[in-house]
Parts: sequence; C-alpha cells; structure tokens
Amino acid sequence: MSTTLRETGGASAALDNDQFLTFRLASEEYAVPILRVQEIKGYSAVTPIPNAPSYIKGVMNLRGTVMPVLDLRAKFGFEATEFTKFTVIIVVNVGAKVVGLVVDGVSDVLKFDHDAIEPPPTLGGDLDTSHLTGMAKQGERLVALLDLERIVGLESLSR
Amino acid sequence: MQIDLTPFRQTFLDESVEHVAAMEEGLLSLESRPDDNELLNSIFRAAHSIKGGAGSFGFEDVAHFTHSAENLLDKLRNGEIRAERALVDLLLRATDMIKLLLAAARANEGAPGEMATLLAELDQRLAHGGAALAAPLSAGPIAVAPSAVSSAAERRVTIHFTPSTELFHTGMDPLLVLRDLASLGKIVRAELDAEQIPIFEVLEPESCHLSWTLELATEANDAALRDVFLFVEDGARLELTTANAPDTLAPPAHAASVSPAQHALPAGSAGATPVPSSAPTPAAAKRPAAAAENASIRVGVEKVDQLINLIGELVISQSMVTDVVNHFTPDRLQQLRESVLAMQRNTRDLQERVMAVRMVPIGSIFSRYPRMVRDLSGTFGKSIRLELEGEETELDKGVVEKVGDPLTHLIRNSCDHGIETREKRLAAGKSEEGVIKLSAFTEGGAVYVEISDDGGGLDTERIRRKAVEKGLMRQDDTWSDEQIHQLIFQPAFSTAEKVTDVSGRGVGMDVVKKNVEALGGTVAIHSQRGLGARFRIKLPLTLAILDGLTLSVGRQMYILPLVSIVESFRPRSESLKTVLGRGELMIVRSESLPLLRLHRIFGIDDSVQDPSKALVVVVEGDGRRVALLVDELCGQQQVVIKNLDANFRRVEGVMGATIMGDGRIALILDVPGLIRLAGVANDVALAAAS
Amino acid sequence: MTKTALIVDDSVSMRQMVAFTLKQAGFQVIEGGNGKEALDRVKGQKVELVITDLNMPIMDGISLVKELRAKPDFKFTPILLLTTESQDTKKQEGRAAGATGWIVKPFQPDALLKVVAKVVP
Repeated sequence: MSTTLRETGGASAALDNDQFLTFRLASEEYAVPILRVQEIKGYSAVTPIPNAPSYIKGVMNLRGTVMPVLDLRAKFGFEATEFTKFTVIIVVNVGAKVVGLVVDGVSDVLKFDHDAIEPPPTLGGDLDTSHLTGMAKQGERLVALLDLERIVGLESLSR
Repeated sequence: MQIDLTPFRQTFLDESVEHVAAMEEGLLSLESRPDDNELLNSIFRAAHSIKGGAGSFGFEDVAHFTHSAENLLDKLRNGEIRAERALVDLLLRATDMIKLLLAAARANEGAPGEMATLLAELDQRLAHGGAALAAPLSAGPIAVAPSAVSSAAERRVTIHFTPSTELFHTGMDPLLVLRDLASLGKIVRAELDAEQIPIFEVLEPESCHLSWTLELATEANDAALRDVFLFVEDGARLELTTANAPDTLAPPAHAASVSPAQHALPAGSAGATPVPSSAPTPAAAKRPAAAAENASIRVGVEKVDQLINLIGELVISQSMVTDVVNHFTPDRLQQLRESVLAMQRNTRDLQERVMAVRMVPIGSIFSRYPRMVRDLSGTFGKSIRLELEGEETELDKGVVEKVGDPLTHLIRNSCDHGIETREKRLAAGKSEEGVIKLSAFTEGGAVYVEISDDGGGLDTERIRRKAVEKGLMRQDDTWSDEQIHQLIFQPAFSTAEKVTDVSGRGVGMDVVKKNVEALGGTVAIHSQRGLGARFRIKLPLTLAILDGLTLSVGRQMYILPLVSIVESFRPRSESLKTVLGRGELMIVRSESLPLLRLHRIFGIDDSVQDPSKALVVVVEGDGRRVALLVDELCGQQQVVIKNLDANFRRVEGVMGATIMGDGRIALILDVPGLIRLAGVANDVALAAAS
Repeated sequence: MTKTALIVDDSVSMRQMVAFTLKQAGFQVIEGGNGKEALDRVKGQKVELVITDLNMPIMDGISLVKELRAKPDFKFTPILLLTTESQDTKKQEGRAAGATGWIVKPFQPDALLKVVAKVVP
C-alpha cells in the first residue's frame, strides 16, 4: 500500500499518487486513488446484515473473504435505482480492511495535476462535503475526490 | 566447529516454561505431601534441567539464580531441611523469579532488579540449613582445560601407566588414551609391558593386564597430561617424571589431577565461556525479541503421520473422481457417486484430524489456579482447597487461551465471596476448609467447565435489593431465583459488601460473560443459599468449525449453532399467548417461553408471519430459554466460521458468517445476542414467563 | 561407516544440541527422553557411543548404564554421563555402574566433541 490521502493531509496527496479511478453516481462524477483499488467486479447478490444502516448492502463472498458492500448512492442520499449491467463493485483497501463500493459505473483512469485540485467546497445548507478530500477539474469535467477513510473507514465500519 | 546455538536456545526457553510449571505444581503439592520423595525429585529435576540448559545456552542469570534454588531443593530432597510453609513460599517466589528471568532472556533483556534480593534470601536460607553444594558452574569440561596446551618450553616426560584391570568394563580403549596423549606432543618412545598377562588357563580375556612406559616430548604441563588419563585413572597407577627443563609451574606429581582454581570460576561469572571459539555467536546475542511471540503448537509425530496418510487417501479418491468425470458415461453414475462419497469421507476425516492438531488439554491453564487459590487463601485468611478434575479434556488452543481470564475471575470470586470465613463456616456446621472444585468434561460436542464451591451461595435477597435499587427490576416483580442470579452478569453489578483487593475492581461478571460469549459459549449459575454456587461454562470444541442447523427466514439463510438448540417443532396457534398485548409467549410442555420472531429482530419483511405456519426452535443462551420463530429448517451441517469484524464489525445477534456450498454467505446466529436484541421488546414476556 | 550415538536426556533442548553437534561430526543419532525410552529405541541397533543425562524421570542415567552394561552388545560401548559438578557422588556411582566418562554441564559443542574423541576411536 502506498501513502493514504489522510496521512499526507488531504488533496496534496495527489502529488504522490495522482492517478484516480473515476466513476459515476447519478449524474455526478467521483474518484478514488487508483492505488487503493484492488479490483472491479460485477454486482452479484449480497447477504444483508440485520439492523445495519441502509447504505450497507450486506456482505459478499470475495474468494473466501467476507467483504462488506456499501451502496454509495444510498450513502450520499441519491435516489435508489435498479442495479443495471453497468452497476459495478469497486473493491478498495481501507487500512487492513477490504470493502466493496457499489457505483453506477466506472468511467476512466485520470491523472490530475496538483494545480487542478481544489479543496472541497463549503456548500450552504445541509450539504455535507466532509467525505471529500477535494475537487479536481479537467476541462469541463468536475470530479469529486472521495475520502475513503471517512466514507468506509473505521468510524462507520467499527463501533 | 562453529555451531549456532540459536535454535536450541528457543527450544530451551520453550521447554523451560514447562519445567517452571512442573516446579510450581510440585511445590504446591508439597504442602500436603512433604515426604513424597518422587515429588521432591521431580521438582529438583525440573530446576536442574533449567539450570543445566541455561548454562549451556548462555543464559547466565537464569543458570545462576536457578542454581541457588536447586541447592535448596537438594537439601529438601536429602531431608536436611523440611518443607515448611515459609520455605515453600520462598521457593514459589524463586519459581516466579525464574519465570521472569526466562521471559527476560526471551526478550533479550537484563534480569529484574529483585533478583539479587531474592538470591540473597535463598543463599541465606541455604547457609542456615547447612553447607551449600559445590561451586555452581564449572567453566567447561574438566577434561579439556584450555590452558593445558599453552605451557612453557618443551620437556621430556616419562609416563608409567598401568590401568585398572577393569578398564575394558568401562568401555574404554587404552589406545585412545595413547592417541590423546600423542596429540599433546611427540611420543619418542613407547614400551608395552605384557609381563602381567597370566597363563592362558586363568586368563580373563575381558580384564586388562597391560601397562605402558612412554616418553613424551611436550610443552604441556603435568595437569594437562593427567587430564588425558581422567577417565582411566580409577584403580590405575600413573607416574609422571620429567627428564629435563622442569616445568616449575607444574603441580606436584601426585596432586589431584585437576586444579580447581584453574577451572572453576566464581559463582558470579557462572556460565562464562572459557573456550573462545565457542563463545555465543553474535547472531545469537542479537536474536530479535519478536521471535518470542511466535506461537507454536507441539504436535506429535504420529498425528502428522496420520495427516499424511489421510492426504494420500484423499489424493487417491480425488483421482478416482477425476477419472470418472473425464470418461463419463451415464452407466458410471453409480461409480461417481461412490467416489464422491469416499472423497467426502476422507475430507471429513482429514478435517477432524486437522482440528485435532489444534486441540490441547485444558490442564495447561488449570495448572495456574492451585497457586492462585493458595495465595488468595493467604490474602483472605481463609482456608481453601482447590480440587481439579478433567484436566485432560481437550479444547481448541485458541479457546483454552481465552478461557483463562474468565476462569481466573470466577475462581477469585469463589475465594472472595463464595467461601466463608473460618468462623462463619464453623458456625454453619461446615468443615473449616472450603473447597472449590474446578472441573472440565466433554458432552455432546461441547466442553463444560465448572467452578463450584461449598461456600455460602449467592445472596439472592441482596441481589434483588441491589437490582431494584439500580432499576433492573421492580420491587413487586416475582422473578425466580435463577433469573435474579442472572442479574449479576449485568454491567457494573457487584454484590461485594466492601471493595476488596481482589474481586472488587477491574473486570466484573459482565466481562466474564462477554468473554465467554465471544468464544461462542454460555455461562449458567446454579446456587443454593448456604450450600454453595456453581458456575457452568459451556464452550465450543473449536473456534473455527461449528456444527449448525441451516434455517431460512424469508429468502435469507442463517446458521444456528447446534449447541444452543434444545428442540424444534411446528407450534399450534393455541399455544401462543400474548402478554399485555405486547410480549408473546409460547407454551412448551407447560413451560412458557418468550417468543422471539427472528424476522422481527432482523427486520425481514418477506417471511412467514403466522406462527402456526412457521417453525419454533427452542434455544438456550445466557441461562435463558426462548422460542425462536423461523420459517423453515433446512438441515444440519458443519460450517467454517469467518469473522465479520475482519472487514466489517461485530453485529449484535450474529457471531460470524460462513460461505455456503453455492458460494453465498450465510450469517451464523448468536443466541445470547438475539436474546439481548429482543430484550427490550420482550422484557414483559420474559418477566411473565417466570 | 557411520557411527551411531544414543543420546538420552529429558531436556529436549540439550538433546537437540548434543544431537546436532554429533551429527555435524558425522554420527547417526538415536534419541531417548529417559532411560526406559532409550532402551526401547536401541533394541537391535548397533551403537558406538552413549551419552546420557543423570537426572531423568522414569529411568535415570545410572540405571540406564547398569542396564546397558548388562547387555552383551553394550559391554564395551563408551558411555558418557552428562553431569554437573555438584553431582560428584553421582559421578562415582556412574563409574561404579560402568560409565566410561563424563561431560560437565554446562558445556559448549566443541568441548563435547573433544570429550567424545577421548572415548570413540
């Protein structure tokens, strides 16, 4: 594993590992550092976990490992949709844990220059941007960089 | 020859742990059997082994300290001193110190500071009871004093050697002596005197009747020369005469063959290595402390051989299956079935054997309690005897290691709160000495560990008062004694009148319960006022594999551990009662049990709603019985337990997950957890069930 | 021809160390955890050297020496005792029973080999 975003303090980490895997959620584009991605696999049935928050879809068998699967749509409050053939699970490493993220589909592997990354915006109202490490701009595209620790990290997975 | 001692050092440290345990156990038994010679010998032997090995493997502190303890043990063994309590106490403390020293050696650390004080105490006790044994540790074999060859100038020595007639009977060959002698110089002249050989009629062919006269040109001194004859000097005649250039430093010709001053080092430098080439290697000295953390299991060779045989069989049955599949025709179906069956059987055998590798006797942790109870008896001024039973009961190594703490707490509790003071016991017409019994046994795929005492039992009234005080129950609740006793497992519930040194702080009974449940076990209490209390811990044989019942609720499959199942049946609707319109009760053979609907607890919406169309499984957990409502039972099967918290977290009501034959994951239910989850809603039912 | 040594000690680490050292010196090694076990193991075997501890459970070193010497095959086999200096009387007892020599614990591997060289051709 390489440096984590958190360790190096937010967006500046992009300097070291500036390649990102981008994916779609509804009409928006998000990204995670490519070095954190273990694999991408199609969506298959999961076993629900009783009394878990709705964004935790359940657990699935990843070659003998019991892996929790998180629905990022539900996590970010998007409207739930039917899973399609484009629906994929991005398997990421967070600390020592392996976690699957359900997204609408992966798009690209992009490289962002340091200059192209801005701190997360402070939006008004009840919009929470704490799970972002920054925003990257490339041409017309605006990509939100996810803070994996914050989203799937210890605070939400272990009590 | 350079030999790296590192691997043997590790073995030594490992086996010393056993020796220390043997010493401790022996010393504890000594109080009741002070004249048992075999017992004394075994304690001595354990100390002796530690000392011997420690010296050889370069653990000087261990060797030095253990030597003093050994001296004291030797006196005990020889009957010079008696095993009275104070002495046993001292020896037990010495045993503790050896334990610490070994740990320090493992971690490559220095000896703890208290060693010197305790050593002084041992030596003082030793001086008190007569002369000590000889200087502790020789610096090396007498026979090969390193200084022997490094003497002054060359001289000529004439040696007359007439060995004992018994020489051959000690397995010695005189030729070897001569060869050895030749290595110290040059044999200029050798004469054999065969005159003493008797005539043939009376000749004893196994007796030695020869003698030699040798002239040796050597730089070695007399002591070194005499060393050569060390093993043959008994009953022998040996004369050395120097012809020229007398070695002024040489001892008189007939001095003892070994000069003690030359070889024995003072006790303080015991274990120093006199032979430079074999000093501890740097690698050994730098041995990383991490090596100590390597957990290992000792497995008998025969167990490994069995595994290899089974693997062999498995390979054969697998190739049979492969063969049938590769050349499959419908008429070979029966053959395929048989081959698969054989493979199944092999796999199951293999699984059992592999699990057996992890099984260790529970005695390995039981052995720590006699000492603890003895110490606690002293602390509380009570007289308590600990009886052990079923130490040979085997359990998964992981379970054995983790059950230690709960047992410690329960036994402390029994010593502190269970067993009464001498006065109280006598007043109650009991014997002065209280008895705590720690036993283990296997029954129906589970291991039971019981801690029972003949003390006062739980004070139900006081627990009730306290529970009411804490709002855990109402004044007018009519709970059974058993239900009230169960309350002591509530967090922060302590009935001790005063906070005592031992049981009143730190972990409470709630932690005991939590620890046991984390192992997939349960704790039950049986107590009778005035007669004593019994805590029964039920544990799974292993942590990795579980016998379970597969069941379904809606589209979900779950595994219910077999150990927690009492019975199952399809309920009749008239046996279902509601209490206050909320809690549901199931009448099972005149016993009313709270009904837990699994679909409600887990929020599953596609399940059977009508109990009379579903199934009830009576399960037991936390000493409570409840009726669990599920859709269907699908069969019994062994499953491999996977942790949920490896990648996720603990989930209440679920003890883990397993991967089913079709690759999907099924959750394994945790009965005590389910009861807790359902607790709030079913409090009323639980209360009414009593 | 390879020589065979019988090593008897209840301490696994000592046994391992002695065995390892002798193997380095070209011996084949048979091990026993006590006298009884050693006797069982050497049945029908030709042994050129015996090294035994004194203090052992079940059957101690002295008894082992006596038992071995009573066997025709072991009448002249060199037998070395592993002793500590504090066991002088034991050493005498061992001699009386027919032991060839002794090695004083603690010892280093090459010291062991030197003593072995004294008794094995």
